[in-house]
Amino acid sequence: MIIKTEKEIPSSEITDEKVFNNRRTLIKAMLATAASASILTAWANDAKPNAWNLVKSDFSNKTLTPTPIELVKNYTNYYEFTLNKDDSTKLAQNFITDPWSLEISGEVENAGTYHLEDILRQQTLEERIYRFRCVEAWSMVVPWVGFSLANLLKLAKPLSTAHFVKFTTIQQPETMPNQRNNVMLEWPYVEGLRIDEAMHPLTMLTVGMYGDTLPKQNGAPLRLVVPWKYGFKSIKAIVKIELLKNPPLTTWNKSAPAEYGFYANVNPAVSHPRWSQNSERQLGSGFFTSRRQTELFNGYGEQVASLYKDMDLRHFF
Amino acid sequence: MNFQIKNPKLVALAVCLIPLLLLFVDIAFDNLGSNPIQALHIRLGDWSLRFLCVTLAITPLQTMTKWRGMTDYRQMFGLYAFFYATLHLLTYLAVDNNLEWSIIGTDIIESPYIWFGVMAYLIVFSLAITSPKWVMKRMGKSWKKLHRLIYIGSLAGIIHYFWQLKGNLAEPLLYLIIILFLLGFRILVWLTKRQLHKMMIPKGHE
Repeated sequence: MIIKTEKEIPSSEITDEKVFNNRRTLIKAMLATAASASILTAWANDAKPNAWNLVKSDFSNKTLTPTPIELVKNYTNYYEFTLNKDDSTKLAQNFITDPWSLEISGEVENAGTYHLEDILRQQTLEERIYRFRCVEAWSMVVPWVGFSLANLLKLAKPLSTAHFVKFTTIQQPETMPNQRNNVMLEWPYVEGLRIDEAMHPLTMLTVGMYGDTLPKQNGAPLRLVVPWKYGFKSIKAIVKIELLKNPPLTTWNKSAPAEYGFYANVNPAVSHPRWSQNSERQLGSGFFTSRRQTELFNGYGEQVASLYKDMDLRHFF
Repeated sequence: MNFQIKNPKLVALAVCLIPLLLLFVDIAFDNLGSNPIQALHIRLGDWSLRFLCVTLAITPLQTMTKWRGMTDYRQMFGLYAFFYATLHLLTYLAVDNNLEWSIIGTDIIESPYIWFGVMAYLIVFSLAITSPKWVMKRMGKSWKKLHRLIYIGSLAGIIHYFWQLKGNLAEPLLYLIIILFLLGFRILVWLTKRQLHKMMIPKGHE
């Protein structure tokens, strides 16, 4: 398989940080106090490098400028905690991420439960800048830290009967209010991929972002990132990975099958039944900046389109 | 201390602009969160719906209190609903989409939730342009009929809100409850009147 990742992205499509920064500078000048810690300085302070020795990945979109970290940290859909994107930062702080173990089971030779540290010890962590596109028509650019899921699955040795992979989020009702009160969705959250999607090198198990461990609201300590699919596929706080013969019933798909498909590939030509997917608002872009035209497979078509050849993407949305 | 408001209508006019002022403050101090354009957009839409609720509450209030001095305020609040709806629309076109008509066109065609927004806006627009007293006089009975569309407009606005959400439906649900309550009150008054009317007509003459 030829994987081409150094796709040139026209500068017009890069997160317009300049507008954003100008605005910040202006506001900073206006306030002119030490208390007005801007997002930019916060960026610098927060980016204290972990002990990680990060490898720059060939799968990274190096031409994309990451969205300022504060925006990424404070705009998360984490329905186990809250239905509001700006409340999860606060509500997730009591979430317990240590110790953490991951169960790998089902159609594999080496089933078992492993400590996260033991898993990480066997993996080389990479930094990969990916565009992240939410089904709600907004996007951001995030430098994730992690490794290809395939590397872990290969160690588990999937059997030839393993056609699908099911991921499950932790059930921790004592810290997750909406799990406790059965709000909105059926808990725990479940997502799934076809085995070839799961084995695709772009599919990433993620433990960090912006050079540091994942903030709790962003899916700590272990989350999935599938850059060519809508964000809800990139399940957070994973405790179980099962290899299955049959497709798992995934949470959003089960909740509203007409609106959220199993595949959920980013596709500007296939609208959500209630809204268009043709364009997206890029976080960090300024006022009077147009929305960005959404790309098929979120711009990763060259790498992943072959997985879906001969498939009607309207039907398998 | 003798404190008297000389011109309450002027005060009301100014008070209704406070949400806009606060919005400008939040923009200046970058208080609108990670997605400020969406926040701005939602804030303006919210205020439009809130003013629609207030406008619709005036007549039931008059019915209950028998106080007749509020018609002018009803017009003012209605026009403010139109004002905030117009800002909401302009934000969508210019701030969110930078007047890129091809993106806007596709977005409107492909997004059923926007159809309801367009419908709500057209109704509120037609009510706003027919709101001056001289138009009201000229239109006669048809004015009242046209202005009953405010209920359809409000409901369309609420559907517009509901249909773009994935998670938290609390805010539009609140507006829906208020509108249905006010509509229910009107229907109740109408039914009571009809009942009284029936009782006053002698049997056999219906």
